[in-house]
Amino acid sequence: MARHVVATAGEIPPGGRKIVTVRGREIGIFNHGGEYFALLNRCPHQGGELCRGTLVGLVTSREPGRFDYSRPGEMLKCPWHGWEYDIRTGQSWCDPNDTRVKAYEVTVEPGETLARGPFVAETFAVSVEQDYIVVEV
Amino acid sequence: MGATAGGIDCDVHPAVPGMAALLPYFDPYWREQVTVRGIDGMDLASFPPNVPAHGRADWRPAPGPATGTKPGGAKPGSSLEMLRAQALDGFGSRLAICNPLYGTQAVYNDHFAAAMARAMNDWLAAEWLDREPRLRASMTVAVQNAELAVEEIERLAGDRRFVQVLFLAMGDAPMGRRQFWPIYAAAERHGLAIGVHAGSAARHATSSNGWPSYHIEDYVLNAQGFQSQILNLIHEGVFTKFPKLKVVGIETGFTWLPNFMWRANKTWRGVRAEVPWVDRPPAEIMRAHIRFTLQPSDAPPDPADMAVVLEQIGCDDMLLFSTDYPHAQFDGDAAFPEGFPVALRPRVLVDNPLDTYPRLQEAMT
Amino acid sequence: MSPEDGTILTADAAERQSRSRLRVIDCDVHHALRSPKDLHPYLSKRWRDHLDTYGHRFPVPFTDGSPYPKTAPALSRTDSWPPNGGPPGSDLAFLQKQLLDRHNVEYGLLHLLAPHGMDQRNQDFGAAVCSAINQWQYEHWTQKDRRLKAAIVVPGEDAQAAVAEIERWAGNTDFVQVSMVTHTIEPLGRRRYWPIYEAAARLGLPVGLHTSGYNGHAITGGGWASYYVEEQHNVAISQQALAISLVCEGVFERFPALKVVIVEAGLAWVPSVAWRLDRHFDRMRDELPHLTKKPSEYLRQHMWYTTQPADEPERPEDLRRIFDWMGWDRVLYATDYPHWDMDNPGQSIKLRLSEDEQRMIYADNARAVYGFA
Repeated sequence: MARHVVATAGEIPPGGRKIVTVRGREIGIFNHGGEYFALLNRCPHQGGELCRGTLVGLVTSREPGRFDYSRPGEMLKCPWHGWEYDIRTGQSWCDPNDTRVKAYEVTVEPGETLARGPFVAETFAVSVEQDYIVVEV
Repeated sequence: MGATAGGIDCDVHPAVPGMAALLPYFDPYWREQVTVRGIDGMDLASFPPNVPAHGRADWRPAPGPATGTKPGGAKPGSSLEMLRAQALDGFGSRLAICNPLYGTQAVYNDHFAAAMARAMNDWLAAEWLDREPRLRASMTVAVQNAELAVEEIERLAGDRRFVQVLFLAMGDAPMGRRQFWPIYAAAERHGLAIGVHAGSAARHATSSNGWPSYHIEDYVLNAQGFQSQILNLIHEGVFTKFPKLKVVGIETGFTWLPNFMWRANKTWRGVRAEVPWVDRPPAEIMRAHIRFTLQPSDAPPDPADMAVVLEQIGCDDMLLFSTDYPHAQFDGDAAFPEGFPVALRPRVLVDNPLDTYPRLQEAMT
Repeated sequence: MSPEDGTILTADAAERQSRSRLRVIDCDVHHALRSPKDLHPYLSKRWRDHLDTYGHRFPVPFTDGSPYPKTAPALSRTDSWPPNGGPPGSDLAFLQKQLLDRHNVEYGLLHLLAPHGMDQRNQDFGAAVCSAINQWQYEHWTQKDRRLKAAIVVPGEDAQAAVAEIERWAGNTDFVQVSMVTHTIEPLGRRRYWPIYEAAARLGLPVGLHTSGYNGHAITGGGWASYYVEEQHNVAISQQALAISLVCEGVFERFPALKVVIVEAGLAWVPSVAWRLDRHFDRMRDELPHLTKKPSEYLRQHMWYTTQPADEPERPEDLRRIFDWMGWDRVLYATDYPHWDMDNPGQSIKLRLSEDEQRMIYADNARAVYGFA
């Protein structure tokens, strides 16, 4: 495991995402209202590029005909078969025990901290003036 | 008979001989209507009585006098004595559930349907149930109109010999729709199962591709008809709303269940946000709520494959013993198809019927 | 489906490996018009005006939207919208990149889903639409990529016009089958469609029946389902009824050379339908004296079934049973690209296959049915 600098903090707007390649893996970094989440860009079902999917809310129901809508933008729907994954955990809605997508730890770090290392910044020159998004892979 | 002794036969068919037999059970208005208008001949087109498949040769009454306006012999299933000897004694059944099939669910006039339902239920109680203590029954109701159906359920609920409410596999609207929910509420309240018997009310073509030419197609398509009903019941949330409800596919086969479950699960996974009250894979809901009578068992040609199909179904609770008397589904007393695991038979014969029809437990003590 | 990195990388590697090895004949690829006006060059003025004024008229409630709104726009995976700004499947270069090149597709068999000519309520317009579609497919797709093969779409409710359209294209090797919608006015086994089967059998063209079309009949024998989650499953159920009709009507007795390919219904249902038909045929064969064989034998000898949407048994190995029961030679691989319920070659059939089995399912069975060299 190593910490990889993958973006500057301002680079991904709220509701936005960036797909990065770290150690050969494509990983989607999501900014949800200032919180960052990272998921492997690969649906465990048939291999769709999950992180290019649509972000939707979570819909549950207390009884038929009731639509309890919550957590807008926190469920990621695979662009292929529409399976929903929780961006916080990578857990699937339809098969939570057996089907998950790998979720990674993401933090926002001031460049000053990163300058003290250790971290990997393959594509970034880190400056002390900025904040950075760091994913642990 | 040894193989089935002590079992509960969940599908036998006493035949309504014709409207003449029901006349005493109509109120004066309907008795006059039926007589003055010459209303008769309401056997379901789904079960023409002369088709050999719908009356086993050795289970048909000898040719007798004409009944109603129809010439020819008595219908198979019209004799209590024969049913008693052949279905009850013949298989050693402890109890048998009567599923009368006669026009009611297909009538267009709701009030006439309700009158038919009352007449059929009272006829069945007086002429079959009162005379043979081993018989239980499905109640016939006007499924066309939930208000009238619930009235009939309430009228009969005190008669514990009625254990089920009977639908046809193909009616006017899919069974999950809310218009039917008062029926399910009443059934759940009174500990009645919902039976879905093969047959069509001919409101729609028996396939979504139009009306097939042959009777065998209609008959085979009862499986597809019931499959569509299961999907609608689940996705409308009937089992979410009525968690104690059991729905029994009667005479609709069951060897299609594994592939049907797989496909239902798969579709739900991607589309489930449309029906968020379906919060479990559909196969799990089927295992908890859907039951099937044993005949016709539509077995694979290699008897060894029957056990494979049952493993794929993955639940020992779902099958209910049935002979489908007097329909011709098997020869002799081979009600269990070849290869049907012996270890599973006691459950199918007794335990599963008792779980499905809680009212039957009263007869077992 | 482990979330662990190692497993996923292994799966990646496996996919790369299998992708390099697998040659795929994809029996269900959807191209699309970029605009309804794409057909203008192939329609007479009378029908151009009709299209622009009255549009396509099917027995459905809405002018354009699906009666059961789908789970994704254009029924398609959301990453399949091409750079040309048109709908999924409308950009040949993008289809080549996303499907044909990426998955090593040797042949892709085209099925146009919209519009159809066959279920048009105005049958003369329907025939004109079919002719226009065929010309458009030829000029814009099969002539531009030799891997793509078209189906002759026919106005099947008007058998005479359908046969004329078949005869117009039959000698052209860009067209490898005849295609009809499956939701037809009468079940497809009935006589009104027999001239089409006669022509197809005579000219050596399989008939590909892709789940599609509108006929005004309820989508279940018990009425109109409520939800798309039901419709999506019921279309497969309706393909079962179609197979039953073809068998019981004796179509294959009358046209022994006829081959029928059922497209986009999955296939795990095939064995249980065969068992049920055979059991009841035993009891009712006097109704079908025109059949000389058990129903299952017609399903086994004259019909093929495409894999998509891939059946996903709870125990993956159960799929092997299904293939054993139906016959491995019946199984034709299909992606259904670019639709949302498409299958990804190498990752959709969750079964360990031998190389021989792989070759059969992914290419050789289709090669035999369609006579590809």
